[in-house]
Amino acid sequence: METTIAGKQVKLNEQGYLTDLNEWSREVATALAAEEGVELGEEHWPVLEYLQSQHKQEVPLTIRKVGKSGIVDIKGFYALFPGGPLKKASRIAGIPKPASCI
Amino acid sequence: MKHLVILGAGTAGTMMSNHLAKTLSKEWDITIIDQRKIHHYQPGYLFIPFGTYTESDIVKPVKKFLPSRAKYIQKPILTVDKDKDLVHLEDGQAIPYDLLIIATGTDIAPEETPGMAGPHWHKSIFDFYTLNGAVKLHRALEEWNGGHLVVHITEMPIKCPVAPLEFTFLAESYFHERGMSDKVKITFVTPMDGAFTKPVASDQLGHLLKDKGIDVVPNFNVMEIDGDAKKLIDYEGKEVSYDLLVTVPTNKGADYIERSGFGDELNFVPTHKGTLQSKVKENIFCIGDATNIPASKAGSVAHFEGEILMENVKRFIEGRELKDEFDGHANCFVETGHGKALLIDFNYTHQPVSGTFPFPGIGPLTLLKESRMNHMGKLAFKWVYWNMLITGRHIPFVPSKMSEAGKNFEEVQS
Repeated sequence: METTIAGKQVKLNEQGYLTDLNEWSREVATALAAEEGVELGEEHWPVLEYLQSQHKQEVPLTIRKVGKSGIVDIKGFYALFPGGPLKKASRIAGIPKPASCI
Repeated sequence: MKHLVILGAGTAGTMMSNHLAKTLSKEWDITIIDQRKIHHYQPGYLFIPFGTYTESDIVKPVKKFLPSRAKYIQKPILTVDKDKDLVHLEDGQAIPYDLLIIATGTDIAPEETPGMAGPHWHKSIFDFYTLNGAVKLHRALEEWNGGHLVVHITEMPIKCPVAPLEFTFLAESYFHERGMSDKVKITFVTPMDGAFTKPVASDQLGHLLKDKGIDVVPNFNVMEIDGDAKKLIDYEGKEVSYDLLVTVPTNKGADYIERSGFGDELNFVPTHKGTLQSKVKENIFCIGDATNIPASKAGSVAHFEGEILMENVKRFIEGRELKDEFDGHANCFVETGHGKALLIDFNYTHQPVSGTFPFPGIGPLTLLKESRMNHMGKLAFKWVYWNMLITGRHIPFVPSKMSEAGKNFEEVQS
């Protein structure tokens, strides 16, 4: 579905995730983060960039992988994105929701 | 002579050895290396805790399924030296190769979670991803008087991602048959945001858990298990208490991959998702659960990968461009208890949808919908596995690339 976020036309799937990473911008991320109850600060951006780079390399993401990335540990990841860090951070980074096969 | 070496004599390795024995020219010899003597029908593990199968129903000798042309070395692997094209065995022997196929799959690693593999392992904390675990869980269930059963996924990716859900459904059915439903509470604990994570499946199947009285605790990433207090604790301090815990521990690739220095943080081999050539070196290919590709870790995936890998091994030998065609196709039965099952068919880009299979509009199997016929299909699959799948015979009407006919894609929004 088409919608406007931070003054920009973007496409979201039914769960509110961007369907095209090219439509992502820092402004869009800030708006998506607000919907998730997260206020983005300096420490969030390197994590979001890491998720995007892994996604572009088609590497499936896990909490463990983020924890071993050297950018943030698992506890720190939770502190930045409380509640469901991988799910929330993926949405804010403009990449697909981590999912199982069914 | 040129040497083709396959590491792993499980589902994918055995199947590839049979494909290759029929296809490779006489200038190639084929060697397959694995430390095991016995081949396990792994989809059968699920049924052992409930007494549907016993150990003898699901094991056969490895060698019985290998082609006479292949040499079997039954020894543990130490490392792969990718620069010298050598496989080192633990006994000091070095096996040279011109082309290597890695098919050593994945195994559980309960030691990765503090408190899991301690004194309570196989006492009050069980797995059913090993034959030993499944047999011990069967004994525990037979003696159990009821309480809180927690079925738990530690982290993704795992082999056969639907198995924990199937176990949950079969457990509900098992306790119902034993007249214990009122004494047992079942909870499904998952790091994902629900038991079903894809919109169509979630829509059509979400009711199954509710109907069966099963609670779901989503978004739970276990940090440690307190085995004395019998509780799971996650990174945010959330807790889930249990009387009996059936967990799917962290899944990892084989240790020799880590020792060889080319796996990811879970020892899975970086692999190109369309060609199945590894990103480690061009003469190393990878198939089945051992890869890091974003497909499900399931026997059906290994089966569908087999066709593309065969083609690419041929092309590689002839110096031609590889076929970039694997679409992530998987086809899995999902037991839902009470003699019924679902069937799901999906790939990298299509989520499981409803419809009929394998014949459009006819079936006889129904996609994403419970039926007795699907359950019969799942039980019949054991014969197909031993007689067709691992022996590399073509399974009629089931192409390696996913077919879109007879499936309801119009209901999918994105």
